[in-house]
Amino acid sequence: MKEEIVIGLEIHIQLMTKAKMFCHCSTDYIGKEPNTNTCPVCLGLPGSLPVLNKKVLEFAIRTAVALNCRINQVSRFHRKNYFYPDLPKAYQISQYDTPLGINGYMEISLTGSKEKHRIGITRVHIEEDAGKLLHEGDITSSSYSLVDYNRCGIPLAEIVTEPDFRSPEEARIFLVKLRSIVQHLGVCDGNMEEGSMRCDANISLRDAKIGALGTKVEIKNMNSFKAVKKALQFEVNRQKKLLAEGEKIVQETKHWDESKNVTISMRSKEEAHDYRYFPEPDLLPIKVDVKMIDKIRKSLPELPEARRKRFIKNYQIPEYDAELLTSSKALGDYYEKTTSLYPNSKVLSNWIMGELMRYLNEEKIEIDKSPISPEKLVEMLKLIDEGVISGKMAKDVFEKMFKTGRDASQIVKESGITQITDENELFEVIDNVIKGNPKSVNDFNEGKEKVLNFLVGQVMRYTKGRAKPDFVFEAIKQRIKK
Amino acid sequence: MTLNRLTAHEVINLIRKKKITAYEVMQDIFNQINKVDNLIRAFLVLNKEEALKQAKEIDIKVKKGENLPLLAGVAVAVKDIIATRGTETTCGSKILKGFIPPYNATVINRLKEAGTIIIGKTNMDEFAMGSSTENSAFGPTHNPWDLERVPGGSSGGSTAAVAADEILVALGTDTGGSVRQPASFCGMVGLKPTYGRVSRYGLIAYASSLDQVGPITKDVTDCALLMKVISGHDNMDSTSVNLEVPDYLKSCQEGIKDLRIGVPKEYFIEGIDPEVKDALDKALKIFEKLGAKIEEVSLPHTEYSLPAYYLIATAEASSNLARYDGVQYGYKAEDYRDLTSMYQKTRSEGFGSEVKRRIMLGTYALSSGYYDAYYLKAQKVRTLIKEDFDKVFSKYDILVTPTSPTPAFKLKEKVSDPLTMYLSDIYTVPINLAGIPAISLNCGYSKSNLPIGLQIIGKHFSEETILRAAFNFEQNNDVEKKKPSIKPAKQKGATE
Amino acid sequence: MTEKIITKREVEYVAKLAKLEFNEEEKEEFTFQLNSILDYFKKLNELNTEKVEPTAYVISMPNLLNEDEVKPSLSQDEVLSNAKYIKKGYFKVPKII
Repeated sequence: MKEEIVIGLEIHIQLMTKAKMFCHCSTDYIGKEPNTNTCPVCLGLPGSLPVLNKKVLEFAIRTAVALNCRINQVSRFHRKNYFYPDLPKAYQISQYDTPLGINGYMEISLTGSKEKHRIGITRVHIEEDAGKLLHEGDITSSSYSLVDYNRCGIPLAEIVTEPDFRSPEEARIFLVKLRSIVQHLGVCDGNMEEGSMRCDANISLRDAKIGALGTKVEIKNMNSFKAVKKALQFEVNRQKKLLAEGEKIVQETKHWDESKNVTISMRSKEEAHDYRYFPEPDLLPIKVDVKMIDKIRKSLPELPEARRKRFIKNYQIPEYDAELLTSSKALGDYYEKTTSLYPNSKVLSNWIMGELMRYLNEEKIEIDKSPISPEKLVEMLKLIDEGVISGKMAKDVFEKMFKTGRDASQIVKESGITQITDENELFEVIDNVIKGNPKSVNDFNEGKEKVLNFLVGQVMRYTKGRAKPDFVFEAIKQRIKK
Repeated sequence: MTLNRLTAHEVINLIRKKKITAYEVMQDIFNQINKVDNLIRAFLVLNKEEALKQAKEIDIKVKKGENLPLLAGVAVAVKDIIATRGTETTCGSKILKGFIPPYNATVINRLKEAGTIIIGKTNMDEFAMGSSTENSAFGPTHNPWDLERVPGGSSGGSTAAVAADEILVALGTDTGGSVRQPASFCGMVGLKPTYGRVSRYGLIAYASSLDQVGPITKDVTDCALLMKVISGHDNMDSTSVNLEVPDYLKSCQEGIKDLRIGVPKEYFIEGIDPEVKDALDKALKIFEKLGAKIEEVSLPHTEYSLPAYYLIATAEASSNLARYDGVQYGYKAEDYRDLTSMYQKTRSEGFGSEVKRRIMLGTYALSSGYYDAYYLKAQKVRTLIKEDFDKVFSKYDILVTPTSPTPAFKLKEKVSDPLTMYLSDIYTVPINLAGIPAISLNCGYSKSNLPIGLQIIGKHFSEETILRAAFNFEQNNDVEKKKPSIKPAKQKGATE
Repeated sequence: MTEKIITKREVEYVAKLAKLEFNEEEKEEFTFQLNSILDYFKKLNELNTEKVEPTAYVISMPNLLNEDEVKPSLSQDEVLSNAKYIKKGYFKVPKII
């Protein structure tokens, strides 16, 4: 059987409002002592009632609009009822049959390809986050769990895609693009490691000829875009193998185990939940009028797509560069800051995509925490332009800047590794080298032009790399020509 | 001294005139409580020291000639379903025994700002589920008019306390009649506001789309006073309405000439006690004398109110009560194997049987496969019931009905059959479904000296009109003004 | 004799959903009581509600929305004050299998 891969994603993003979804507790809960960021409302204390934070609505509509969704003008909340220690009310306030946004799409293309693939967005809706559980003890001793409600009530937008992905790589690309979009929108920082962006996937293999849908397997617990791709690829392989052996795929939920690189079946203690959805009586339906939607649509910040096109046009950098530089809002912002301070946008692009990204990735530092600020980078480039340091020297300086956080000029001053600009000083060395290498001079005059490089190299050696290679080259050439 | 027998408005007046002190009133109140509450059992918690202290503080203000808030010096009792910071709030249930809320309900804050003194919390049917206060985990409350009878429910404690002069005024809550029916059984005034008129923030939820806090008082003037204080928009309650609060006191004073009164025929079918019917007929004559125009009307879907109510209320309750699991507060079972058994045991041991019954019903009504047939169906019938009222209110200003088909029944009389108990709510429940306001006040006594209640129903946000009608009736009827004698049956026999 | 609307099996399933447990006697009693109550509810089927909208909200109002501003939370002590089992600032529950 020729199989077609069918993948759908369900993504949750934490919305970056100041206050929680239904109360005035802060959304800045990470790193706080347990149960210090709660109130009667998000704790679900008896008698408490929810009131919607208007910014949550605005951010969610922004997201839905950016994903080309149709906005439902009347949108209701529903209660999703189930028992779990991280859910203090034993129900989650969510949306069911009237989500905020429906029938949207996002276009993606595989790296290097011009071909666009449209991914359908089934729905965008809002709901509250639950608390966190810590598990203690082991199987032998009496084990228990610890509950922290700080995260309860954090606003989430849930984005569900149509099962339109045809490969794990497409899913990964989509996630990268989605993250960039929500960052540019200013609604979410898209940090999968910290949990502000989460992704579950479902995958099945369809018989390409007959078109019969395969059995869906749900995958949870993927904590990075890479993990999503790996987990999906693992499932593709696992399912293909089973089908080839004539086995059936079991419909189930699996967990991705990052350490073992496999998906593990959840013990089927997880029966299908009967969530008993019914309209949330404590919240009136949200009425979103056309004016509000228009206002939000018109005031949307620049999206990555548009930014990419603008970078190409304004900065005359290639598509590849622009794509990379707009893959996150912070990176794009960094780049734009440098271009406002320095004229050569391609040079900037090279240094950022090259040296800077390399060090940042190695040290696992985000661009917004870069020890080299846009201003510092530009200062260094100016030193090259002024001839104070060479391009080669700059690489060393850059490394020192990254590791110590100091300015280029400081580093250069202290190490004394400035380029020699005093011509007389240079001529002195050059003359010495010429004097000391009569054979090479002869060879050159006999036509072996390559010898010039050797002589330049000698000068560079004596000056410990501080001579300007171009200058030295020309100077030697002139002096030894007879 | 018997200052506890006064109404709130009388007390306010006398305090301002410096004829009495708030402290004196408070002392009389606690004397009465000492004297009769072991028979009535209205209170669950009493904060005597704090109450006396606050009374003294009011008196100091009076002495200094300071500006006094509207209800300065008025002693209030609060049904134990309303959150009071620092004071135990149990909802009449074992599962919340020991729960001390870290916050006040909005109505509590408003009462405090108005200068009232909250002296304690009153007994109730567990989680407001009941019509007799027999479902309390802490024992029933007794009707001051006949200690062997129920005071009504679920706000039985608050109502009995007011009727027995153990308190000046009280707050109750009404989801299907729980303020009006006990008011009727105890001869008091009880009002259920329009849904959204009074904030529900801090009102521990039974049925979210039906619950409302309402005052229980000795007369209509006190009721209007309380309504003035507790009504109004609240930013903490998305279902509270942003409409100005009228001066309810002022509007009481106007007459009711040409008031158009509808009497729904469906409320006078068989099952109604002949004495109740009799009292209602007499009452209607008074309204006529005062210039109102009375006509028979029809609310054709009345008989479907009870099943619709019980489906909607129990469904919402099953969700609202799911949070009681012993983790953050309240009762927690001892003997459990794992998380699931902890939940099951805590809830099964902590809840009484009526609560469990309603949770089961509600869970079933919402469960997969049954949602359409039960919950959704009930919400549609609700629309029809609401439309009945809308139609009638396009032509009439108020409706007058009995509050309950019978006077107070005996303790234990209806406990064994839940359905029989449910049927006693037949006149009050449709009002909650439609979200409209209604008031119950005394219109007579049965031959066995039991109060009979009259219900006045208005359209949305017409509390002014129903208060006005109630006030005029109260001031002009010939019903004997009396108080219960609160004697245990044995004593009664001894004196005969 | 009322036709059984809900079986004992279903009662057990509903109890599980609601996290309640009953002994055999209680199950019998509940099954009986629930049946008579549900039988009474059947009354609603007398009404044709095909074209009727359900009333989920008895009042109609513009959205009540809060400003996106942070206000003080409860202290950890206040939050934990009513709990039976706590540890290091957390609520303690039996382990979820």
